[in-house]
Amino acid sequence: MPEVMPARLRFRAARVVDPASGRDEVADVVVQDGVVMPADSGPRETVLECDGLVLAPGLVDLHAHLRQPGREDKETVESGCRAAALGGYTAVAPMANTDPVADNASVIHEIRELGRAAELCDVFPVGAITRGLEGADMAEIGEMVEAGVRVFSDDGRCVPTARVLRNALTYARIFDGIVIAEHCEDASLAEGGQMHEGLLSASLGLAGQPRETEEVVVARDISMARLSGGRLHLCHLSAARSVEMVRSAKAEGLRVTAEVTPHHLVFSDEDLATYDTNVKVNPPLRATEDRVALRAGLEDGTIDAIATDHAPHAVEEKEAEFDQAPFGTIGLETALAAVLTYLVEPGTLTVTRAIEAMSTSPARILGAGAHGGPIEPGRPANLVVFDPAAEWIVEPPFASKSRNSAFLGRRLRGRVVHTVCRGSLVVADGKAQR
Amino acid sequence: MNKHLLSIHDVSAPDIVRVLDTAESFREVGTRIIKKVPALRGRTVVNLFYENSTRTRISFELAAKRLSADVINFTTSGTSVSKGESLKDTALTLQAMGADAIVIRHSSSGSPLTLTRWVRGSVLNAGDGTHEHPTQALLDLYTMRDRLGRIEGLRVAIVGDVMHSRVARSLSFALAKMGAETTLVGPPTLIPPDATAWGVQVSHDLESVLPKLDVCYLLRVQKERQRQQYFPSVREYARLFGLTRERVTMLPESALVMHPGPMNRGVEIDSDVADLPRSVIEEQVTNGIAVRMSLLYLLLAGSAQEGGVTDA
Amino acid sequence: MSASRLMDEDEVRRAVTRIAHEIVERNKGASDTVLVGIAARGDDLARRLAAEIERIDGTAVPVGALDITFYRDDIGMRAEAPEVHETRIDFDINARTVVLVDDVLFTGRTIRAALDALVDFGRPTAIQLAVLVDRGHRELPIRADFVGKNVPTRKDEDVRVALREVDGQDAVLVEEGIRAGGMEGA
Repeated sequence: MPEVMPARLRFRAARVVDPASGRDEVADVVVQDGVVMPADSGPRETVLECDGLVLAPGLVDLHAHLRQPGREDKETVESGCRAAALGGYTAVAPMANTDPVADNASVIHEIRELGRAAELCDVFPVGAITRGLEGADMAEIGEMVEAGVRVFSDDGRCVPTARVLRNALTYARIFDGIVIAEHCEDASLAEGGQMHEGLLSASLGLAGQPRETEEVVVARDISMARLSGGRLHLCHLSAARSVEMVRSAKAEGLRVTAEVTPHHLVFSDEDLATYDTNVKVNPPLRATEDRVALRAGLEDGTIDAIATDHAPHAVEEKEAEFDQAPFGTIGLETALAAVLTYLVEPGTLTVTRAIEAMSTSPARILGAGAHGGPIEPGRPANLVVFDPAAEWIVEPPFASKSRNSAFLGRRLRGRVVHTVCRGSLVVADGKAQR
Repeated sequence: MNKHLLSIHDVSAPDIVRVLDTAESFREVGTRIIKKVPALRGRTVVNLFYENSTRTRISFELAAKRLSADVINFTTSGTSVSKGESLKDTALTLQAMGADAIVIRHSSSGSPLTLTRWVRGSVLNAGDGTHEHPTQALLDLYTMRDRLGRIEGLRVAIVGDVMHSRVARSLSFALAKMGAETTLVGPPTLIPPDATAWGVQVSHDLESVLPKLDVCYLLRVQKERQRQQYFPSVREYARLFGLTRERVTMLPESALVMHPGPMNRGVEIDSDVADLPRSVIEEQVTNGIAVRMSLLYLLLAGSAQEGGVTDA
Repeated sequence: MSASRLMDEDEVRRAVTRIAHEIVERNKGASDTVLVGIAARGDDLARRLAAEIERIDGTAVPVGALDITFYRDDIGMRAEAPEVHETRIDFDINARTVVLVDDVLFTGRTIRAALDALVDFGRPTAIQLAVLVDRGHRELPIRADFVGKNVPTRKDEDVRVALREVDGQDAVLVEEGIRAGGMEGA
């Protein structure tokens, strides 16, 4: 690979999958000066052979935790962006539950600047809905909108009362395209819960939280979306009935969108039988029938996007006793491979739908116009090239500073080869260039 | 037999019979003047007790000593356990000391399994959170077999806070394996909704169950559960589910009353009832030593060490 | 694997009778003698000897059973822990002569274990050893006081005693076996 960033790059004979334009065909894609160019030959091109590889718009993660500022031991914006780029992501939306909380423009600026300095992918910081995530007073949403924020969320926590949520949804209508994203969890039902409440939690002697923990808030929030006319996005759905409620809300014409994580699409509560803290997540992995419903919801478009909820934790925290360990799994480096291995390959999802859920739709929800395709001349070059057949085992070292992967030790099929962010080859041959 | 005893699911029904039969021999050892055999001489058994439990720890300690093993006690007061050292680091220290067996009691469900990842010796679960307490279940089976001659076909009721009871889980699983019929009795708030998948029946009416029992097994009810509002008051719990003087007469004459201890006299069991001949609570304690000797012996004596004799 | 018969029913009966006589003679009567059979089969033999002694001498000799599994020197060396039998010694062995009874004397390790166990029960005046078959190949300095029959064997052979009480017939059988040593037999 050339040491100096090549002026003109040709990705030759890739299978171009571009949901925004409906394309799925073998073609060349040429990148120069940060944008996609017409594919006729040009002078001094560097050619990257892409026979057998898939080229798609760069992935967009609506939901990740980059831990900076505050817990730089677990992850920094830079290490998180590197993990993202290696996972094929050209845009990441880090959640606001940092320390200090991202509830004002200066923290937002700081996070964005850290992302710019890393030069690995675009960072779209998420702003808090309430001051300090305390669930009481609204944060200064307008100030943050001016700083470029499009999505607001108290994720980590759930907005405690319908009134606060209603106010936020209603107030946010001042601005176009602002989305209020909710982590749906009733605190009183969730209290003490370590996993999904069911036969397995009863047998393992672990306190569980039932599906209703999420469902009662999904129902409440959809009502508030109706009442306020605002845009609601539901984070990391886990339960079958949540999917049904979103389906009805959309049929009614409400502006509701939803996301699901790769691990909720792959695992179930049975995977906790060995007290493996890497699959201790919130919302918890539920039963097989919920997983089936989540897959169906993704397939039929009820669930718009796949988002990683990348949640790094220190090794010693995750190696503790099960009930002492924090919730979460990292996911940026494995998301695409997991979706390809467990959903696309068995035929549950087409590769086009997968790319749509991981790039096109999240880009639209995030308002990230430069991402998500279509891949056509003149548009910013944010691309991913991957080998759908390459096998690899998920094991350290990771680009993330943390190692708590739900997929640890598993063999996945599908590997990112190149990632292009704003025309710059940030990952080449599977290696980060920065 | 498996290398570890973390759960009743680690022992098959034939294994259980073997444990109980071997415990008979160890009970005989307990009747001798010299209550000791050299079977585990030179082995080191560590009692790693994160939860305070004098009676269980002493039971394990006596069991190990009567097998001539060396015993080390790591308990919550005074050692690194209380200084906040992680379980992993404690485990690695014990490993470095050459522990052949670690008996662990811990308030976090699943911690014995976690421990097996860091130590080479055998791990025995002496109670983990609300998950399991397999040695208690085995000594309870021993007591039942000793007094009633069999386990298969026995009708057993487990009464009380099943939801938070590791004893109830281990015992339910063990009784199912051995072909007994178990009914869980208690308020709906204290019985897991999916419990019938364990092969048991559920009832919320103690008196309807009593006349058909061979064993009435009472669980301890903690006052904390009332604070968490699983039932309105201890008084009401005792009135509906306590084994009172009046209720004990509803049991068949030959039926046993059992309790894992420590008892809340006046709550789940009336004081008078606890002192009746059919209450075999003290025998459970005595049998505990023999059963734990049997387990330590079978786990450690049955392990093929390096360079050993392999012929049968 | 074919088994050949070293002793048949009559030979076993005569051996038991002879040993009973020898015990009485050696101890000048059986009044201070007790029999402790090493489980399994040693205890059945001990009961037969006691019956014979009572017939010969008129004395009712106390009989006990001793399981030596917990005193073995090879604990932890086998894949499976060996089966445990019952121990029952309901009488005082202090100041008495204990005759240990076993079916086959081989390496001597079982007897060593039995001696260790026995001293935990008290301090006998003397301990003597009666065996039905002595097949040689001692690995420890142990010898029998009373022997039914001396039978030279190869170390890899397997000598088994069948007793009516347990096996339905009385016989001593030897079979070819692939055996390296250890505590089988005694």
